[in-house]
Amino acid sequence: MVRFENVGLRYGLGPEILRDLTFAIPAHSFQFLTGPSGAGKTSLLKLLFLSLRPTRGLVNLFGYDISLLSKEEIADLRKRIGIVLQDFRLLDHMTTYENVALPFRVMGRDESSYRKEVIDLLKWVGLGERMDALPPILSGGEKQRAAIARAVISRPQLLLADEPTGNVDPTLGRRLLRLFIELNRSGTAVIIATHDITLMDQYEARRLVLHQGRLHIYE
Amino acid sequence: MSSVDDRGLLVDLGEDRPQLPAQARIVSPIVPRASIAGRALVAVVAIMTFLASITTGGVLLVSESAAEWQSEVSSEITVQVRPKTGRDLERDIALVTEAMRAQSGIVEVRPFTKDESSKLLEPWLGSGLSFDELPVPRVIIARVQPGTSFDLNALRNRVTQVAPTASVDDHRAWIERMRSMTGATLFAGFGILLLVIAATIISVSFATRGAMAANRPIVEVLHFVGAGDRYIANHFLRHFLQLGLEGGVIGGGLAMLGFGFSESIANWFSGTPVGDQFAALLGTFSLRPLGYIAIALQAIVIAAVTGWAARRTLFATLASID
Repeated sequence: MVRFENVGLRYGLGPEILRDLTFAIPAHSFQFLTGPSGAGKTSLLKLLFLSLRPTRGLVNLFGYDISLLSKEEIADLRKRIGIVLQDFRLLDHMTTYENVALPFRVMGRDESSYRKEVIDLLKWVGLGERMDALPPILSGGEKQRAAIARAVISRPQLLLADEPTGNVDPTLGRRLLRLFIELNRSGTAVIIATHDITLMDQYEARRLVLHQGRLHIYE
Repeated sequence: MSSVDDRGLLVDLGEDRPQLPAQARIVSPIVPRASIAGRALVAVVAIMTFLASITTGGVLLVSESAAEWQSEVSSEITVQVRPKTGRDLERDIALVTEAMRAQSGIVEVRPFTKDESSKLLEPWLGSGLSFDELPVPRVIIARVQPGTSFDLNALRNRVTQVAPTASVDDHRAWIERMRSMTGATLFAGFGILLLVIAATIISVSFATRGAMAANRPIVEVLHFVGAGDRYIANHFLRHFLQLGLEGGVIGGGLAMLGFGFSESIANWFSGTPVGDQFAALLGTFSLRPLGYIAIALQAIVIAAVTGWAARRTLFATLASID
């Protein structure tokens, strides 16, 4: 589903922060992406989300060579990817419900076709009573859960999560991991970037370790 | 504590919280309507549209008044008959009047009486004097048919034939002076108008960029949830055009009200000495419908500038995200 071949990335004229990345993410797979701070985890997630273009190498996503795609085609591909960012990126003028329903709204779907789905997911992540709350009054953990719910609501083929359990207690962390595992079982490939060794130890999965710009894979 | 309401929704029943049914409906627009940056943009657009409209209206008023003066004065000819020993002034006046009436192109001839001619001198000599002893020239005013080429030399020859002391004045020198004065005024007016329009475009563009920058997080989130550039652009352009139109309607509307109000004031004072002086100097102070249309068009153009600046900033933002 995702194939990187000799991919390199540098910002401007700076040094290459990702070097010779060659790996594949099979469909329905589950993996942790880890490595020390500054190793380039977030940059690799941005490459996978098509927010960054590689400075060299080939990136093939869902069977498309991304260097040949137009902006609109890339936007269409991005609808098949869900992303959870470290800083949540919730819209402050929208309620939790509206934030989570945003991917469906952008797709142009009628609200009645997804309302129940959104409410069920919000209840599942423990935000059933916070559906009408605005993000500024949510706690860090609640924002985290809302951001995860928004990323998974449209059942993406690929889910990217950057430190998804960074702001929640261990119990909720386990519950969120269960959500990712459930999603993976229903067919979504999942990549979780994390420092949290306890989290990784809870689930046997492939580990992609970034170190000094190079990727080491532990099956 | 929580419970499920009749629609199957989870309802907050916390002790200290009001028991409100969960709404869970999409009611918020993609781009928030009331933001500080948005309100500031509306204020900037309204103020600049008001200033641009006042300038446009002012330039149009001056231009209309100048055209009115020129058409009035250029359609008038004054013949002055000076008294001379040995000539009968009244007879000369009658002959000149007759000769003028016979000239083609002249539609109205009005000889001033002795009293009327004397009254013309009153502002300079006072009203207590007897003008009988003074050699006061007599004036005959003629109106020329507007839009016809009038043969002034033929009239001059004819008039001096019947009365050698008569002189014909078509106000050409005065009109030339007035034309150059009004031309300079209009030139300055258009210069100021161009500067105001340039200032409007620049300030509205920068205010729009500022407001767009405040919305960057929204653009990024829409981008992350898979919205295409067109989807994002449609929402933001509609929003900013709306803000621009809102500001334009406020600024342009206030300017129109201002012009309408000053026209009413001028009407209230018409017929009074002050009103007449004012009207003689500045014209009727009424903006024609074309002026109002120009102000409305200006407001639309300023709204379009807002949309254009938003579009430029938006695509720059999207390019930087990608």
